[in-house]
Amino acid sequence: MSKQINVALIGNPNTGKTSVFNALTGLNQKVGNYPGITVDKKQGVCKLARGIKAHIIDLPGTYSLNASSLDENVVIELLLNKNDKDFPDVAVVVTDVENLKRNLLIFTQIKDLEIPTLLVINMADRMSKKGISLDIETLEKELNTKIALISTRKNQGIDILKEYITNYRTLSTQACLNTVDIDKAYFESLQRAFPNQLLYKLWLVITQDVNFGKINRQEFKTVADFKTKRDADLKRLQQKETIKRYQFINNVLKKGQAIDLSQATDLRIKLDRILTHKVWGYVIFFMVLFLMFQAVYDWATYPSDLIDKGFASLADWVKSTLPPGAFTNLLADGVIAGIGGIVVFIPPIAFLFLFIALLEESGYMSRVVFLMDNVMRRFGLSGKSVVPLISGNACAVPAVMAARNIENWKERLITILVTPFTTCSARLPVYVIIIALVIPEGNFIGMSYKALTLMGLYVIGFVTAIFSAYILNKILKIKSKSYFVIEMPGYKLPLFKNVALAVFEKTKTFILEAGKIILAISIVLWVLASYGPGDNFSNAEAIVKTQNPLLSKIELEDKVAAHKLEHSYIGIVGKAIEPVIKPLGYDWKIGIGLVASFAAREVFVGTLATIYSVGSANDTEDEDTIKSKMAAEVHKNGEKVFTLASGISLLLFYAFAMQCMSTLAIVKRETNSWKWPILQLVFMSGIAYVAALIAFQFLK
Amino acid sequence: MQDTLANLKRGEKGIITDVSSTEIPLKLLEMGCLPGNEVELVQVAHHADPIYLNINGSHLAIRKETAVHILIEKVLHE
Repeated sequence: MSKQINVALIGNPNTGKTSVFNALTGLNQKVGNYPGITVDKKQGVCKLARGIKAHIIDLPGTYSLNASSLDENVVIELLLNKNDKDFPDVAVVVTDVENLKRNLLIFTQIKDLEIPTLLVINMADRMSKKGISLDIETLEKELNTKIALISTRKNQGIDILKEYITNYRTLSTQACLNTVDIDKAYFESLQRAFPNQLLYKLWLVITQDVNFGKINRQEFKTVADFKTKRDADLKRLQQKETIKRYQFINNVLKKGQAIDLSQATDLRIKLDRILTHKVWGYVIFFMVLFLMFQAVYDWATYPSDLIDKGFASLADWVKSTLPPGAFTNLLADGVIAGIGGIVVFIPPIAFLFLFIALLEESGYMSRVVFLMDNVMRRFGLSGKSVVPLISGNACAVPAVMAARNIENWKERLITILVTPFTTCSARLPVYVIIIALVIPEGNFIGMSYKALTLMGLYVIGFVTAIFSAYILNKILKIKSKSYFVIEMPGYKLPLFKNVALAVFEKTKTFILEAGKIILAISIVLWVLASYGPGDNFSNAEAIVKTQNPLLSKIELEDKVAAHKLEHSYIGIVGKAIEPVIKPLGYDWKIGIGLVASFAAREVFVGTLATIYSVGSANDTEDEDTIKSKMAAEVHKNGEKVFTLASGISLLLFYAFAMQCMSTLAIVKRETNSWKWPILQLVFMSGIAYVAALIAFQFLK
Repeated sequence: MQDTLANLKRGEKGIITDVSSTEIPLKLLEMGCLPGNEVELVQVAHHADPIYLNINGSHLAIRKETAVHILIEKVLHE
């Protein structure tokens, strides 16, 4: 007999399900993806008594088994598929003591699937404040289950929960609702057609539009065809079912729950009076945003500078320790500089994720959605688009995924399409280095020109996103039934453990993903830059010598290296695209950077570093940073490559261009079509080209 | 007096009498928007849309275009 118990954590959003998961698993958890879709799959291990282990899955928060999003589909697909290796031995439904009635709806549904089901009533510490008293014994009897009354905040009741999980076999699997009662004639005929199946399960298969490819088809082969009723009638039956479930729940709570409203103190009312106020609500929201950007672009500079210095000395150390040569240069200037260019962004990204986690955990994010819905709707977006648009300032990939909460397809699609315009952190390395190179020193009303330029780029990104949304809203002819529902959860002090884990997980994923791409691209580039076809490459030394017979040894070596690079594979590519990018003020080396950036824009700096160091044989000491190398780079006629004109042109190109394969891949997955990511790629890059062209031609 | 939820003013209460089954998503019903339940308008956003409701202890916000399909009977203040 297996000593591992499969446990599924299920519950409404905002019930503290993740806190329960964290309390049970601690750091023994990992976040992955469900195959084929990008819903986070959180799993962990919890040690129980007698050497038994529980394998715990934290399923996405859902209000019911009537799925209306990808995240919710995951829950029902797992619960309907007995053959899934994660199919739960026991389902643990997490509820919030303040919203017990609504939270119990999904409990009754899961119980009706005849899966052993435990009930967790969380946030017990708030009961007295809300004047709630519970008769656990009566509730256990009425709901036919075991109830763990816990408080993750006070760390109470977790042991009892573990004990109940260990003894899950004693749980009753009796259903709450007799499915036949919903509509006698219909359900009796359904049962006659499939006498060996559980009626509620059949009903879910009929009403849910989920991927049944994974659920053993044989068993359900013809059920989906058993639609003797029109969709409208089925919907009416679902409503009837919901009402019946609430009747059951009301009955249970009448016996086992008492609420004395005179005892209740409501922080929510007081806070909401200010935070959702027509004027103060907006003022506070903008102050929060301001604080957030202050943290990301100001406070984060201190740790970032330290990291930057650390990587610079690491690169120096590598150069002075390893024998000089192309490989050492690759390691020091390509790989280490490239990775360093990403690690430097841990502080700002972590700050951003921290703010987003705090806003969500505290319940404030829902208020922002409420406040912004009206404004956003004018641009074809939803109040819920605020979350992706803010998250987009960290990374477009989780931001595009966050658009899933938007019920209306058109609003969701527009949000997905415009989110990549917001200034993600991968643009920062490029912005910072170019701004440092081309923007002059000086101040304007207390802000340096450099800081102003950076802020301007953020504004441009956001305004373009909103403006594009407006245009798309006018162009796209999608008729989708529009509705908008958002829960306004009670305010809660965020739990340190939850916030810390969220920030750690997200930052780690971002760094690892970006790091992998940079490493791979640096190596590919280095190889392409170090080898080339034909005579021009292999006989570079002889060719250069005959052209310039009077050069000194050092000058000769430099010339040879430059000649080789020009005729290497990558040089040939760069030269080929040079005519296209010349009007923007770029040479073929920048062109290579641009090409590499289409995989991920953060590789731009590392790419230039690799190219410049391969392109010169002698790395003199005063040219040890990428910045000084870029500053020293000149055209054939002796003019500087990085001027104000070409710099601004580059900045604008990076502000608009769609240069991120991960985002394109995620958009493809979320929209389920190549049409939208290709459209994004073409249009965004088109805008980038035109903007860069205009900027350079005006400024040069 | 029959009315729709969209006509409720801030601080007013009503009892839900009917929800149009074709216009109202199941999700809203599951969140507690069912006939017989008491509803209070807690707060309104800019231009009174969306509206922030307390339906029998369940707090949620919906747009006006949805609210017009929910029929209520206003509870007059004592």
